[in-house]
Amino acid sequence: MKFRPGDLVRVQTFAPTTHVRTPAYVRGKQGWIERVQGEFRNPESLAYAGDGLPPQPLYMVGFRQVDLWQDRYAESPADSLYVDIYEHWLEPSASLEGTQ
Amino acid sequence: MARTHDMGGRPDDAPLNLEEHTLADWEVVADALSVALGTRGLRTTDEHRRAMENMPADDYLALSYYERWVVGTEALLVEKGILTREEIDRKMAEIEATWGVS
Amino acid sequence: MSEHDHVHGDHDVSQHDPEAAERNKVPFYGKRIYAIRELLIARGVLSREDIQRQIEYMDARSPANGARLVARAWVDPAFKQRLLSDPKAACAEMGIDASGLTEFVVLENTETVHNLVVCTLCSCYPRPILGRPPDWYKSFAYRSRAVVEPRAVMAEFGTRLPDSVEVRVFDSSADIRYLVLPLRPPGTESLSEAELAELVTRDSLIGVTEAQAPAFVH
Repeated sequence: MKFRPGDLVRVQTFAPTTHVRTPAYVRGKQGWIERVQGEFRNPESLAYAGDGLPPQPLYMVGFRQVDLWQDRYAESPADSLYVDIYEHWLEPSASLEGTQ
Repeated sequence: MARTHDMGGRPDDAPLNLEEHTLADWEVVADALSVALGTRGLRTTDEHRRAMENMPADDYLALSYYERWVVGTEALLVEKGILTREEIDRKMAEIEATWGVS
Repeated sequence: MSEHDHVHGDHDVSQHDPEAAERNKVPFYGKRIYAIRELLIARGVLSREDIQRQIEYMDARSPANGARLVARAWVDPAFKQRLLSDPKAACAEMGIDASGLTEFVVLENTETVHNLVVCTLCSCYPRPILGRPPDWYKSFAYRSRAVVEPRAVMAEFGTRLPDSVEVRVFDSSADIRYLVLPLRPPGTESLSEAELAELVTRDSLIGVTEAQAPAFVH
């Protein structure tokens, strides 16, 4: 497990046309590790009849809504959003400084 | 540019349609058959998702939820060599003939 | 399927032959899945019982399961802690079969936090506990809008929260499924656990609404 709760992370900007479970709207965005969810078989392998092994660490990653959407987010600046993201999609981020 | 199924934040002004429909028998069958294939170890959830994600964008946007499930199920069964499209076509024609519909 | 003597295209068919009328409504992909079913059964890939068993499994599941968990959590603080820390074990305590879930997480609403669940990629939902999701949950509009304008989406259900409440949206992108533990409505101190369960709607377990106030219980 590379990350712990509280660590700041940035989501990779990969844009494959193959099956992944990292939504496009969080790619390139900064957030924090909210929770370590455990290890799960990799869906990117399972989708193509692979065995999904070795299991990948999965994290609940939190984002400020204003960081995800900037001016598009018209609701409360305190609001947040959480996505479960596999470790290989995350890199450490130095600081949570607003936008991409 | 997000793939068609990757819909979070897609521009959409539409209000939600809060009406709920009772599932038609074929929808119940589509759901159960697909999951039963998984229970039998013949497909994984991610293969099923991938098969649906790969359909042409226009189809993904036009078809209903369970129509997409049928497309995905068929694609996987054909890909895995369990059934062929031609035999599905033939069986479908037989069903229509038996029912007297087309 | 039984045979019927009728003239193909007879517009009076539906009046004396409801089965044929139903068949006429089955769309292309409905007939397609029936064809697939017959072929798979004939070939021994699946049995009719495999499919029936799965239908019965889903029919047996409903939001009542979630309502029971929430009502128990409202009256029993120790159970609530168990529900939050080990939801599958808490389900087992209540005789709710959550074995079909890989894992799930219960999100507690508080006076300052309100949780909302969506699956933007496909409509994942805690089906083994709650049964099948509502049509709106699976809609493109919900999948698109819930993450970027959750309050506007909630407003369509009549739910309006003050800015002092933080809205947290959970996009179920992986194997974890989410269930919201709504706030216990005020004025419910004298209600029994069963009466409390009636206030916990499916929509409050998804997070688009709060639990119902007691005045709505008939």
